Amino acid sequence: MATPAIEIENLTKDYPFGFLHLKKKTSLEGLTMSVENGEVFGFLGPNGAGKSTTIKLLVGLIFPTAGTARILGKPISDISMHGDIGYLPEQPYFYDYLTAAELLDYFARIHDLPAQERKARVDAMLKKVGLETARKIQLRKYSKGMLQRVGLAQAILHDPKVVILDEPMSGLDPVGRREVRDIILELKQAGKTVLFSTHILSDAEMLCDRVGVIVGGKLRGVGAPDEIVGMKPQGMEILFEYTGDSKGLRGLLSKATQTGSRYRLQVAEADLYATMQQLCGAGAKVLSVSQVRATLEEYFMHLVAADRAQAPAVEVSGK
Amino acid sequence: MRRVGIVALNTFREAVRDRVLYNLVFFALVMIAASILVGQISIGIEEMVIVSLGLSAISVIGLLIAVFIGVGLVSKEMDKRTLYALLAKPVRRWEFLLGKFGGLVLTLTVNTIAMALGLFLALGVITQSDEHLAGSVLVAVYFILLKLALVVALALLFSCYTTPLLAILCTAGLYIAGLFVKEMRAFQSDTVSQAVQSVLRGLSYILPNFENFDVMAAAAHGRAIPGLLIAQNTAYAALYCAVVLAAATAIFTRRNLK
Ligand SMILES: Nc1ncnc2c1ncn2[C@@H]1O[C@H](COP(=O)(O)OP(=O)(O)O)[C@@H](O)[C@H]1O
Ligand SMILES: [Mg+2]
Repeated sequence: MATPAIEIENLTKDYPFGFLHLKKKTSLEGLTMSVENGEVFGFLGPNGAGKSTTIKLLVGLIFPTAGTARILGKPISDISMHGDIGYLPEQPYFYDYLTAAELLDYFARIHDLPAQERKARVDAMLKKVGLETARKIQLRKYSKGMLQRVGLAQAILHDPKVVILDEPMSGLDPVGRREVRDIILELKQAGKTVLFSTHILSDAEMLCDRVGVIVGGKLRGVGAPDEIVGMKPQGMEILFEYTGDSKGLRGLLSKATQTGSRYRLQVAEADLYATMQQLCGAGAKVLSVSQVRATLEEYFMHLVAADRAQAPAVEVSGK
Repeated sequence: MRRVGIVALNTFREAVRDRVLYNLVFFALVMIAASILVGQISIGIEEMVIVSLGLSAISVIGLLIAVFIGVGLVSKEMDKRTLYALLAKPVRRWEFLLGKFGGLVLTLTVNTIAMALGLFLALGVITQSDEHLAGSVLVAVYFILLKLALVVALALLFSCYTTPLLAILCTAGLYIAGLFVKEMRAFQSDTVSQAVQSVLRGLSYILPNFENFDVMAAAAHGRAIPGLLIAQNTAYAALYCAVVLAAATAIFTRRNLK
């Protein structure tokens, strides 16, 4: 196996605060995970979970308190690897006095693209993110969504092998989100590795080979979207038709949701057969039995709730 | 080094597109023009008046730009987060700092040249100025530039570890202190303890010596400025800038962006 595109080991970030910086807040705690080559990896978590902290550590904007990480086999402190990575900051903002074309040209120069290629790349990127017509407008006049698009364009300008996007869909309308999804899929097709953070679960479910869920600075689970959900104990759902009086099935019917003469009932896996027998005995017609597939959303909410419960204990720890 | 140049040119472009700059330079040119009027009243010493007023205008406007834009060079990019995307590219932090520094020094050079041209124009209007005078005025302008580069480096250093307002105060304070280096060195008094005097003397060697860059009096009187002083000042400014920028880099490379 080739080395993973991104390897993170025990990465930790504390922010000191308060009087004389005696207290510290742990934004990220012992993160260990890796992103394989050519994988689209979704980094999921609620606001303040530590997603941006992780990403900023990876691209060298902040420095870890402990732990290490490697991108394309090189330690994150090695700037030379930056030529092969693209980064979209959270809520990106760029130089007011430049136009989109000028900004991209500036970044292309930084990446040392030759003059001819530079112009072609800048044009292609502006087209890709749908800013061709706005290319001569100064960035100070750009809306949030347009800045997000410029940000995406500069992240993939130099055809990087690893693309790291911090909340790429935020600030975009449905059309824009769709376009970003397409760009991510294109990158995947081209064999690039994509790591992106989001708090919008449907985006992750749709795009990712694997997701990592982070809550309160700790990684709570990694896996394929359906795999990760499968880790939670689930029940069975029985759909049945019943027209008789409610006497025989009183206990069950009160737990079921009714639509006309149809009922939907959720039971634990262990109780399935007993319940079925009871239903058949009472003359109900069972239409279907299916496994309850928890969505990523439910899984997510479950983790957040668990974290909230113990939050006061972990949030602030004195030195 | 290539990237330093790219960042510097972009910094220069930012300054060129900033209207505040034009206003300041325009203001300096107006002051120089006004000096012609004043010069005409003061018969016999026209040249002296024009040269001192003109050089003062160039120096003050340059200082304003150096301090206020200098302090914002890095802090503005951090506040607005414009440097996040840049630093995730193959740009080392020292390259960024040096580029920013170079960009503003380039801007100041262009501005100072523009203002100096105004000054020479004013001199040409009023007198048949001799080469001697032109030469020493040119050197005086060059010294102002050296001084400004040093001020930019200091502003950059302070803005790397404190708030913009404090950085402005520190830079201005250091500049003013640097004008009295000789006095500090020679300071002698019976009422002040020996310890304080030696501290002052020590400080006078550490503080940037801005006094040496002031040759306005010599220039105004058309006295030639010795070549040795030119060499000394150039070397001093280069060395001091290098040390200050190295310190700024040391701080900035360890700095966590917000
Ligand atoms: N510069 C900073 N100083 C102090 N605390 C910070 C700083 N940056 C982030 N944090 C804290 O770290 C935690 C994680 O933040 P972040 O990584 O931005 O979360 P998100 O998952 O929303 O991107 C938050 O609780 C935030 O308050
Ligand atoms: Mg974030």
